[in-house]
Amino acid sequence: MGRPPVRQGGTLRLVTPASDGAAFATQGLTKTYGAGPAAVHALRGVDLDVPRGEMVVLLGPSGSGKSTLLNILGGLDRATAGSARFRGAELTTMSDAALTRYRRHHVGFVFQFYNLMPSLTARENVELVTEIADDPLDPAEALALVGLESRLDHFPAQLSGGEQQRVAIARAVAKRPEVLFCDEPTGALDSTTGRAVLRVLQDVNRETGATVMIVTHAAATAAMAHRVIHFADGRIREVAVNAAPAPAETIEW
Amino acid sequence: MVSPLDAKLGRDLWRMKGQALAIAVVVGLGVLMLVMMDGLVNSLTETRDAYYARYRLAQVFAPLKRAPDRVLDDLRAIPGVAAVEGRVTGGALIDLPGLAVPARAEAISLPPHGPPRLNAVHLARGRLLDPTRADEILLLNGFAKAHGLEPGDRIAATMNGARRDFRIAGLVEAPEFLFSAPPGELMPDDSRFAVIWMNHSALAAAYDMDGAFNEALLSLTRGAETQAVLAAADRILEPYGGLGAYGLKDQISNRFITEEIAGLVVTSHVVPPVFLAVAAFLLNIVVSRMIRAEREQIGLLKAFGYTSFEVGLHYFKFIMAIAVGGAMLGCLFGVIGGRSLATVYQIYYKFPFLVFRVDPAAFVTGVAASVLAAAAGGILVLRGVFTLTPAVAMRAAAPADYSRAAAMGGILRTLLDQPSRMVLRRIAREPLRTLLAVIGIAAGMAISVAMVNVTAAFDITVERNFTLVDRSDVTLAFIEPLPDRVIHDLRRIAGVIEVEPFRSVPAVLRNGPQSYRGGISGLVAEPRLNRAVGADLAPLPIREDGVLLGSALAELLGVAPGDRLEIEVREGRRPVIEVTVAGVAETLIGSPAYMRIEALNRALKEPGRVSGAWLRIDAAQSGEIFRKLRGMPAVAGVTVATEARAALEKVMDSGAGAVRYLMTAIAAVITFGIVYNSARIAFAERARDLASLRAIGFTRAEAAFVLLGELAVIILLALPIGAVLGYFMGEAVSAGFSTDLYRVPALFVPEGYGAAAAAVLLAGMVSGWLVKRDVDRLDLVATLKARE
Repeated sequence: MGRPPVRQGGTLRLVTPASDGAAFATQGLTKTYGAGPAAVHALRGVDLDVPRGEMVVLLGPSGSGKSTLLNILGGLDRATAGSARFRGAELTTMSDAALTRYRRHHVGFVFQFYNLMPSLTARENVELVTEIADDPLDPAEALALVGLESRLDHFPAQLSGGEQQRVAIARAVAKRPEVLFCDEPTGALDSTTGRAVLRVLQDVNRETGATVMIVTHAAATAAMAHRVIHFADGRIREVAVNAAPAPAETIEW
Repeated sequence: MVSPLDAKLGRDLWRMKGQALAIAVVVGLGVLMLVMMDGLVNSLTETRDAYYARYRLAQVFAPLKRAPDRVLDDLRAIPGVAAVEGRVTGGALIDLPGLAVPARAEAISLPPHGPPRLNAVHLARGRLLDPTRADEILLLNGFAKAHGLEPGDRIAATMNGARRDFRIAGLVEAPEFLFSAPPGELMPDDSRFAVIWMNHSALAAAYDMDGAFNEALLSLTRGAETQAVLAAADRILEPYGGLGAYGLKDQISNRFITEEIAGLVVTSHVVPPVFLAVAAFLLNIVVSRMIRAEREQIGLLKAFGYTSFEVGLHYFKFIMAIAVGGAMLGCLFGVIGGRSLATVYQIYYKFPFLVFRVDPAAFVTGVAASVLAAAAGGILVLRGVFTLTPAVAMRAAAPADYSRAAAMGGILRTLLDQPSRMVLRRIAREPLRTLLAVIGIAAGMAISVAMVNVTAAFDITVERNFTLVDRSDVTLAFIEPLPDRVIHDLRRIAGVIEVEPFRSVPAVLRNGPQSYRGGISGLVAEPRLNRAVGADLAPLPIREDGVLLGSALAELLGVAPGDRLEIEVREGRRPVIEVTVAGVAETLIGSPAYMRIEALNRALKEPGRVSGAWLRIDAAQSGEIFRKLRGMPAVAGVTVATEARAALEKVMDSGAGAVRYLMTAIAAVITFGIVYNSARIAFAERARDLASLRAIGFTRAEAAFVLLGELAVIILLALPIGAVLGYFMGEAVSAGFSTDLYRVPALFVPEGYGAAAAAVLLAGMVSGWLVKRDVDRLDLVATLKARE
């Protein structure tokens, strides 16, 4: 990924040299939904560094804050307080337009429920993203990457859950993102299909050098990560670094 | 290559085709109405003008007693006069087998060589007159049709007291007789009034007009002052018994058709905007709800990095596809409808040809109104969606907070089952959404209420006119005013129950610059057979010391009781009198002005004269009575009330009033469209909830109840609001349908409300049934899994 981080016309400016190696750095990141007695504290001060090119798995029970962190790092949501930097650029103070550009050019998403456009074919769903990216993969190529070269013109309703998720991954990687966020990517899949999807994510990480962050309930997924972050009650409980990540096929479900 | 967003657009439209079409149809109908009415009005106006021009209709008509032909040169010398034609006209009676009383007719002379300089005729069938034949006539086509007369047939006419036989050479139309009403009657009636054209020499001989004329026709140069020409013509013709020149605008047929077109213009300015507004409002609501349902997809597009503008543009296109599509359909069918309707009116108005034209402004207005309404609906909601961060937008919307509705739980728990509570809580939870749905349906109902009311008001106008105002069975008109002892003669006819005399004179009523060319009716102090009624429909006495005006006329002249009014009588000594407006009477038909008969005769210095009489007769003896009346030489015409009523009903049903049926039908379709859309959207919004209910074991009927129960409550709430809205809308619409010829009162017609409410309920049931089928077909697994 040798692309310059500063884009023409963009407001995303990197204040630290790209060579410092960190994809993300957060300090005291806090997110509160609602106010008063009904307030929900989703994040209670998160300090975290994610090196570039790593595969990171976020584990934790429901409501522990991992999805919230993913959403904030992905530019989908805003923090209540604290700082979150992407390669030195402060995400928490970015304008909506800047966040939009950030998502458009740097970030790919894979969701638990695939979130494919039901009215578009597999290829068109990928094109949805390649249309607005600067240097995208060919949509057919991206789908070939996830093993769907023969199902280009199928609508989501004609695809199995695993296939739909692979379309979603193809869609996410087609723009050659620097970061790929996956929120429960295997949550709706059976174990065989889930393993295949994880395999694709691992390949993407290896082959494109993209930083991949996966939120999951499945603790076994941790084996394939470079770094495992355990969440509890809106805080990071533990960060484990895995020197030798296991191949996705070997993961016990 | 089609961009994926555009592909999505096309497929989304296809997926929602039923609903998109329903919305487009409602919008389209609003636009259709606008374009159709505009096309109709424009075409009729242009056709009339073209017809007048092609057949050289005079701009000034100057009737008089008798003047030698050389006076025409004096008229030609008036500045501003382009052409002059003198002709002979005279009253006649045509007796046909099967007519209870002879039909009245006007005979008009035609020059021997070639068409007249002014007021030419259009030959519909047969041939023109042979100048050498004194016994040939051309007959007005409408009368011929009404009686099955053909060229070659022979008819008998009484002219100037002598009965003569004629052969019909041809049937003609004439721009000056598009509408032909028997003298003294308001409503045109083809079957009871004829016009015959004859060679000048023959007619001049019959009326003793050799080398003379008794009507001058004038056309004017561009920019000529009509008033100045009228005054000059009056001056020239004064010594020859001039009866007062008048312009085209006061010519009876032109006035009628101009009134009719004006009525259509008002209708077209009032009713279509109401329909369009309702359609626009609906579009606004539907669009906003549809976009709300797209919340997750919007969040997703934003997550990919699409800007708000790009996403907004996508949905804007979606809305516009429906709005513009509907508006285009409306324009297309509006043109088709306008053309068909214009053709119907062309036949009714007896135009020999039709110039069809729609003002492009109508298209622009229609499309712009639809686009603006849709855009307003879209922008409002899109703004709301854009303020959400993508994460929030994509999250299945947070469970709606029903705590506000919790208070009702305590009581309701004991009274209602679980599904009923769900219905009520949902309604209470989102009062604004509920309110919009209620207002939408209420607006749909209101236009139905308004149209049904107006349609009923037409019948009531007729009913009231012939039960409250004109209660006579027969109206007699005398050739000239007779001494009032004729009333006693009439009373002596066996079978005549009641006789009431009247005096009527043509007159111009003036209040400063406002003037009206009509007539004054002299009535007895307390009329019984033909009365004036007040706003409360109680009969008004006719006062000795003033004039009682119909409300429409009082409005036109800008006078109120107590004001002074100048009346120029156009008969006899032609006095100009000044009288006080004594009161205002409810007008149903025409623009009457009443005075006490004695006071009118005094002003005319003709005491004890009557122009005619109203009779109440024993129906069993009507044949004998009519035979006797036909034998009275002084009787110019006999009008039977049932025939007059039929003529009035015909005018209302085939003229400007006829579009009310079409509008009522369109109102019904719009009402249905609104109810159906409401049901569809409610289903779309709740599909997941319903699937969940089915998944946990609710039966189809129970699940449908949750949805349809809400629809039922919304419809029930909408009914009273729709009734109230409908009343006010009805006021506007009935004002739109009222013309100078008849007034359509804004009435509270219980049947109108009943019918509209029944229509809404029926629409609710049909929509409910259609949606219920979808509830039954819900694919539980897919609906619950897919988070689209």
